[in-house]
Amino acid sequence: MNENVVLEMKNISKSFPGVRALQNVDFRLCEGEIHALMGENGAGKSTLIKVLTGVYGKDEGEIFLKGESGAVSIRSPQDAQNLGISTVYQEITLCPNLTVAENMYIGREKGWRQNWKKINADTNKILESLGIPAKATQQLSSCSIAIQQMVAIARAVDMECKVLILDEPTSSLDEQEVEKLFGLMRDLKAKGVGIIFVTHFLDQVYEVCDKITVLRDGKLVGEYVIEDLPRVQLVSKMLGKDLDDMAEIKGEGQEYTGEGAGTKFYEAEGLQSTAGISPFDFYIKKGEVNGFTGLLGSGRSECVRAIFGADHVTSGKVKINGKGVKITNPLEAMKNGIAYLPEDRKGDGIIGDLSVRENLILAAQVLKGFCHPFSKAEAEKAADEYIQMLEIKTASKETPIKSLSGGNQQKVIVARWLFAHPEYLILDEPTRGIDIGTKTEIQKLVLKLASEGMSVTFISSETDEMLRTCSRLVVMRDRKMVGELSGDDLNQNKIMSTIAGGEA
Amino acid sequence: MEKTAAKKQNPLSGLLHSQMMIPLVALLLLLGFNLLMDPTFFRITLGTNSDGNPVLSGNLISALNNGSELAILAIGMTLVTAATGGQDISVGATIAISGSAMLRVLCGTESSPSSLAAPIILGFLIAVLAGMLCGAFNGVLVAAFRIQPMIATLILYTAGRSIAAWINNNQLPIVPGKTFTYFGGFIPGIPMPAPFLIAVLCFIIIGLVLKFTNLGLYTQAVGINENAAKLNGLKPAFIKILSFVILGVCVAVAALIKCSRTSTINYSVVAQNIEMDAILAVALGGNSLGGGKFNIWASIVAAYVIQLLTTTLYKFKVSSDALPAYKAVVVILLIVFSAPVVKEKLSELTKKIRKPAKEVG
Repeated sequence: MNENVVLEMKNISKSFPGVRALQNVDFRLCEGEIHALMGENGAGKSTLIKVLTGVYGKDEGEIFLKGESGAVSIRSPQDAQNLGISTVYQEITLCPNLTVAENMYIGREKGWRQNWKKINADTNKILESLGIPAKATQQLSSCSIAIQQMVAIARAVDMECKVLILDEPTSSLDEQEVEKLFGLMRDLKAKGVGIIFVTHFLDQVYEVCDKITVLRDGKLVGEYVIEDLPRVQLVSKMLGKDLDDMAEIKGEGQEYTGEGAGTKFYEAEGLQSTAGISPFDFYIKKGEVNGFTGLLGSGRSECVRAIFGADHVTSGKVKINGKGVKITNPLEAMKNGIAYLPEDRKGDGIIGDLSVRENLILAAQVLKGFCHPFSKAEAEKAADEYIQMLEIKTASKETPIKSLSGGNQQKVIVARWLFAHPEYLILDEPTRGIDIGTKTEIQKLVLKLASEGMSVTFISSETDEMLRTCSRLVVMRDRKMVGELSGDDLNQNKIMSTIAGGEA
Repeated sequence: MEKTAAKKQNPLSGLLHSQMMIPLVALLLLLGFNLLMDPTFFRITLGTNSDGNPVLSGNLISALNNGSELAILAIGMTLVTAATGGQDISVGATIAISGSAMLRVLCGTESSPSSLAAPIILGFLIAVLAGMLCGAFNGVLVAAFRIQPMIATLILYTAGRSIAAWINNNQLPIVPGKTFTYFGGFIPGIPMPAPFLIAVLCFIIIGLVLKFTNLGLYTQAVGINENAAKLNGLKPAFIKILSFVILGVCVAVAALIKCSRTSTINYSVVAQNIEMDAILAVALGGNSLGGGKFNIWASIVAAYVIQLLTTTLYKFKVSSDALPAYKAVVVILLIVFSAPVVKEKLSELTKKIRKPAKEVG
């Protein structure tokens, strides 16, 4: 084994019932290297990580670690930790109700008696050395998500890890927080830790990584030095086909010119909910695509939740097609032709144990009424139709939705609302945490729907995605609407300066 | 053509992996055990009772007869479990309340009247109303006040039997006339026990309700992901209360059978510990006690398995005091074998046995 290599995985294979998740995959990680693991959803990234961390057993293959003679066997996450492999997951897996220090040391106490003074002092030292702005005695839940993420990393580092796995650590962080995290990653790299970085954000890959390993359909596509692999090529390698120019999808959307074009479908005045946003006015025209932009926590989601009646609406007047209506709960919104795809797919979107078919018909079923269930044939027909239309990858329509990959789960939820035939579709972060192929598909779908006369609100953390799809952007700052951009004002600079408060 | 072929294959392979597997295997084991030990266990005879009506008797018939209340309760308990992820431990006590209310209507204020004070149907409707009220009370505590189901229903569990005694001034009224005894005994001319027929009627009704409404889909959606259910226009609180109210109706039907068996009611012992058997039926039916997906038929079969177990133990002259201990042993075995962890290991094991070559290679 090469001197520098800390981890080598050879010929790893892993099957699940009906799926070959990994086929003879090799992976190599050197000391002091940030190595991106890229691939679409279902490419096998997560499976590879889980094999490495002992969550899954492998069917075939060997794993070598620096300092260990021969192949190592990793049968549980505990084994992996003892071998110096630490993982920080997308969702924080620490205990929010404990202090930072307790979180750092939980699970590796020696004996029953704890010297908390020393532990707290040690923790502060580590936090300081890594430049993490937190205190040992602070309760973890009082830290921002980014800091919590960093504490998780600090914990991993303190356990003298040789290999640090970061599984989508940035998906819930804002830009500044991401920068801080990257700083920490570079420090660790300088200290010789090998870092495996899993992310969907291409920019981030090119900002911090040294090497890229690409997986597709459970197979290794290749390992590349970052300089040798321009962005477009990376994407085409991930997708396995040459990329049709993503930047130009806007041209495909035809403006809606049918009946009622230009009239306002939805109009709200002084809308306010208990979620703590300032009262706001908002409208959307028939066939229009608009967006809400702003930093995380600026109130984007709260606005659309108020429109849908998902939070308790306290005041405001709402008109649909010019007629005054009351929308105080989701069912009333749905009856008025509004659909809402929530931001938190797992928590608010999918009904995990139910089948794809049941998940897909749910909204339409609720609209149809308690005593009028879809017949089995109707439901199956709808499921087949949308699975085909949105190219949802699932073993069958009876598969529980939770066993689908994130992107495909999201497509089922999109299908759920399309099947309810809304006139106004609200998509809150529909592309978060899903692969590029699906992202593009969803953007295209939005434009297509709008060209057929549907009004769409599209919210995304990625500004260029919104620039590609929206013709009007509402800018939010500190839970207030602070501006509206359209036409020539729709560009990165203008958006940034409006978000920041015009001081660009 | 291909599709129909696939469909025909499905039921068999589907059954192997379905929830029904556990209670059915348990049922077959019990029946097999009895067959080995004493084939006369299965003997069914047609005789006449004291009124000269034809009646069937035998161990199997008695299991079907005595398991009726439990099987009916299993319907409601399954729904409550699925919607709320918790259980109702007050069903025994609410059977007492509901039964007591029925006797109060049928007997008036007298303790042993010579004729019925009101038609039986009226008494039963009042019992249903009482059961539904108790269910609604539990449901509101759980859904609106967000109290854990077991704690919420602890209130009626504790107070229910006293309330039942209070309704009838602590008297034990005896219902006059033969007609009332039919529901817990035999209807003239029909040799099958009436409780079983009532239970079958309940199964048919819930089967139709599940087929022609969205009760199943909504209950599961709420039980699995309440937030998502809400954002799809469902009202989780309503669904939860509804499940408790349906259980209340089941309670009233069980109360009718229980009271009819004796023509009276004993507040402190009627349907004692039946809540535990009902919860057990839900668990044994392979339903997650944490809520979500459910299979009512598995619960119902499991209820009869529990009753058959009791009948079998009686047959082998186990004294009624020792009964729970024997039952516990069998239950532990059944539950452990149906636990997901064990199932996974077992299926891994069978895979290994089937493909030893690949394991070596």
